[in-house]
Amino acid sequence: MAHIPAEKHTPLVLSVEGVTKSFDGFKAINDLNFYLRDGELRTVIGPNGAGKSTFMDLITARTKPDEGKINFHKDNGEDVDLTRVREHHVSQLGIGRKFQNPTIYRSHTVYDNLKLSLSGKRGLLHSLFYKESASDREKIYDVMETIRLKDHAHDLAGALSHGQKQWLEIGMLLAQDPRIMLVDEPAAGMSDEETERTGELLLSLEGKHSLIVIEHDMEFVRQIASRVTVLHQGHVLKEGSFDFVKSDPQVIEVYLGRQTRKH
Amino acid sequence: MNLFDNKLEARGFIVAAIVLLFALPMLNGLTSPDSFLHVSSFQISLWGKYVTYAILAMSLNVLWGYTGMLCLCQSLFFALGAYAFGMYLMLHVGVDTVYNTALPDFMDFQGYTELPWYWKPFESAPFAVLAAVGIPGIVSFIFGVLVFRSRIKGVYFSIITQALTYALMLLFFKNNLELFGQSFILFGGNNGLNGFKEIFGASVDSASTQRWLFIASVLLMLTVYLAIAWVLKTKFGKVQQAIRDSENRIRFSGYSTTTYKLLIFTVCAMIAGAAGALYVPQVGGINANEMTPAKSLDVVVWVAFGGRGTKFGPILGAVVVSLLKSFFLRAAPDSWLIILGAIFIFTVLFMPNGLVGLPQQLKPLWKRIRSKSTTSTVPVS
Repeated sequence: MAHIPAEKHTPLVLSVEGVTKSFDGFKAINDLNFYLRDGELRTVIGPNGAGKSTFMDLITARTKPDEGKINFHKDNGEDVDLTRVREHHVSQLGIGRKFQNPTIYRSHTVYDNLKLSLSGKRGLLHSLFYKESASDREKIYDVMETIRLKDHAHDLAGALSHGQKQWLEIGMLLAQDPRIMLVDEPAAGMSDEETERTGELLLSLEGKHSLIVIEHDMEFVRQIASRVTVLHQGHVLKEGSFDFVKSDPQVIEVYLGRQTRKH
Repeated sequence: MNLFDNKLEARGFIVAAIVLLFALPMLNGLTSPDSFLHVSSFQISLWGKYVTYAILAMSLNVLWGYTGMLCLCQSLFFALGAYAFGMYLMLHVGVDTVYNTALPDFMDFQGYTELPWYWKPFESAPFAVLAAVGIPGIVSFIFGVLVFRSRIKGVYFSIITQALTYALMLLFFKNNLELFGQSFILFGGNNGLNGFKEIFGASVDSASTQRWLFIASVLLMLTVYLAIAWVLKTKFGKVQQAIRDSENRIRFSGYSTTTYKLLIFTVCAMIAGAAGALYVPQVGGINANEMTPAKSLDVVVWVAFGGRGTKFGPILGAVVVSLLKSFFLRAAPDSWLIILGAIFIFTVLFMPNGLVGLPQQLKPLWKRIRSKSTTSTVPVS
């Protein structure tokens, strides 16, 4: 499979430098350095407890680091310090997050789920007097096309299958027009066919958005990964192409090794 | 924009408005007491009381049914509104014959000769009306800022709202508050406020006053109903339900759930306060018993029984449970709490959608019974 690799001279969209975060003395993240280029699709793997979820929490300002810098580089060249931003402002900056379990609004229709996620104002008065515009509707249908849920536009989200819920949540991120999408284990609990479709979906987003995908399923990682970051004990152990990482003895030792030994 | 979901709802609303706003008051005021069509003034103020309960239940439903916050201090806000308006009524009882002062009796008992400064503004009717809405609003706003900013939710939110109810109840049961070496007289302690005579210059107990209070209560209920129907159709209403279904998701979509919850909580407290203000002249008094945690739990039962997260359910629940209560309190007084408990358990176990959801729930059962009765006629070979 040939992907367009993120070119070296494309600008950075996110830099994480020297970040440390401990919980009750346990260093969940330890002197982490991580850079993401514009339009890149990056997969983050690592054994349980490697700090993957904490890493996402830090980028989305859900937790604050003890040390280090996390900068989001906006289109206009301006830098935003993500350690000083309130949680609900993160998405307005253009960072969307998909949770591990599908989190959707189950008593709203697919259409309304996406409507609530459209980028735009979020204030009280705005939401009381909001009127749906033709361009909003168009955008929602575009997204539904991408996530293949057009036929379910007016179904309640709670009635969708597990895989469809995962896609809907990805669609909710898309509706926000994010620059960075953080996607936590999108293939968890999916059938093989659904997993493959999810992979196709994420690959189709590469270039338009920058993506960080956390995943366990190695088959899935092989499908989507152009560049893989391996986390271990809160630190970047290795970074490179899937084949490079896969054949690295250290990586095999901490992660793949344990998996292959199991089989 | 059409506020109603279907024709049935729209027709029901119009019929209810005509019956409650015109028919009942006219049958009370224009027919002679001997006529079989006559609705007594007792009935009017009784139903007026139920209407204020219904408004209270609607305000809890907005919090619990639509936003997922099980608030156990809704009766507290109701009582605060009732007290604020009760203070106005209390200051217009005229000069009593025992002490020959215009002060409320409980102040006379304690040797007060002058009205304390914090009671004074309540001599004014407009101030009291504003305070009945404003005080619950201010209390809920301050409390809400503290609670929602700390991300207290779910069961912890319920517990802390119950704690607030309990704390303020203890305060209102006291006669005096000793603070900074000074004694402040409170709001009548155990007895609370009662023995009202005048409201806006008219006699409280007269048939016409009670009739107007009933009409005002119904108007408030219908307005709140329309307001809820409107909000539910807006994006705000969808955000509200999204908070209920998945607060993390909606926060990550960029909505400040703290702000939304704070506004909803405050507005609901103000609605409860307004209902309380209408309650007090129709019932003739308010005391701290109305602030006990059990009263707020009653409202939860009304909403659950009628149908949580439905527009009509809370109204139905409040009225039906109140009717059952007045029936059982007469027929078998000691059994009421057991029956109330049984209603709640039955609702939780067997009627997740309450009375309003019952027809929908029984439909499959009804179909099964019918199909069984037809198949049973076929002999088994």
